[in-house]
Amino acid sequence: MTEPSRQWPLWEVFIRSRNGLDHKHCGSVHAPDAKMALQNARDAYPRRRDGGSIWVVRAEHSVASDPDAKPEMFDPAEDKIYRHPTFYTLPDEVNHM
Amino acid sequence: MYTQAMDIPSPERDETARGGPRSVREAEYEAEIDAKVARGEFIEAKDWMPEAYRKTLVRQISQHAHSEIVGMLPEGNWITRAPTLKRKAILLAKVQDEGGHGMYLYAAAETLGVARDDLVDALHSGKAKYSSIFNYPTLNWADIGVIGWLVDGAAIMNQIPLCRCSYGPYARAMIRICKEESFHQRQGYDLLLTMMKGTPEQRDLVQDAVNRWWWPALMMFGPHDSASTHSGDSIKWGIKRISNDDLRQKFVDAAVPQARVLGITLPDPALKWNEARGHWDFGPIDWSEFWNVVNGHGQCNRERLADRVQAWEDGAWVREAAMAHAEKQRKRDRLAA
Repeated sequence: MTEPSRQWPLWEVFIRSRNGLDHKHCGSVHAPDAKMALQNARDAYPRRRDGGSIWVVRAEHSVASDPDAKPEMFDPAEDKIYRHPTFYTLPDEVNHM
Repeated sequence: MYTQAMDIPSPERDETARGGPRSVREAEYEAEIDAKVARGEFIEAKDWMPEAYRKTLVRQISQHAHSEIVGMLPEGNWITRAPTLKRKAILLAKVQDEGGHGMYLYAAAETLGVARDDLVDALHSGKAKYSSIFNYPTLNWADIGVIGWLVDGAAIMNQIPLCRCSYGPYARAMIRICKEESFHQRQGYDLLLTMMKGTPEQRDLVQDAVNRWWWPALMMFGPHDSASTHSGDSIKWGIKRISNDDLRQKFVDAAVPQARVLGITLPDPALKWNEARGHWDFGPIDWSEFWNVVNGHGQCNRERLADRVQAWEDGAWVREAAMAHAEKQRKRDRLAA
């Protein structure tokens, strides 16, 4: 068994394929520091014209919501149907509004 | 998100992880997962999942990753001997892709809470398997073309259904891989077409390579459905979508017309169009050869594993030096601050 401390830390990789789009999560790489994380991400993920900008973030620095808490977290949005445009019935003449 | 940092199971779930009794809550969770999969929904990294589902995925994804990495060896063998600069550049790009695919898959496996180094150790100790196709030697330049055409062709058949597999990180890795895989098959076929336009000796080399790779390529789909030990659960869990035999048939049906265009003969006298089935019939597969290679006695098993282990060990000082350098820089930055 390899000692876990000797394994290069894990970095999450986000790539924007071209300007105008969001950076999108695409996987992870191991690297000893930020510079090599960027290089490894460049080698592993955008090998065709599908990269314009890369972000790398140490995996341990990302904080995620608990999937078990999904109801408390997201359900309240479901009973607020008045937040959707289709909630409002308008006369036909102006319904394209 | 592919991070493991938040992957802390809640106490009632921990019970089964320790091999304790299956609680009512546990049974509820399992029913929930089965229903999700049946509805075609994805399971994501931090969602609760049955231990057997997680183990099956770790086994399959890591073996898949190992196969990509070991698969670099038979082709890497020809990079320095490619006949032209163009073919050399293409082969380099292809072998680099295989390395990339291995990386995508290791990253997907790690979302299940396993350490990359432990997966790599399992490969190097011989505990983990990889695709047996890579234990055959690449004897002539036509082998590189046939690997692209038949071996990558068979891999594509296997991999396309995995793009819809129930585990999100695996499915997404497979989408990335499949997008790149088509280049692999086409460059192989293109290489063979070029050789077939050459001298009689070159055409013989292509036929020889096809003769050697055809049956191993058919074996890539795994044992017959009646003899496949892992298929049942994998299909229930939406990890596997199409059976081994159905995929194999699809592959044969696609390869026959491609062989005709190429002008070679597939080495199976029983190959015959079956009008009633609407498929090509093919002869029996020699499963003793398959199991022999799977169990470590193929032509190149020892060589491949030895090459992998050596590459890993030769790289140890680089990994350590990079880590030491990063630590030194961090210390300096702290002092300067």
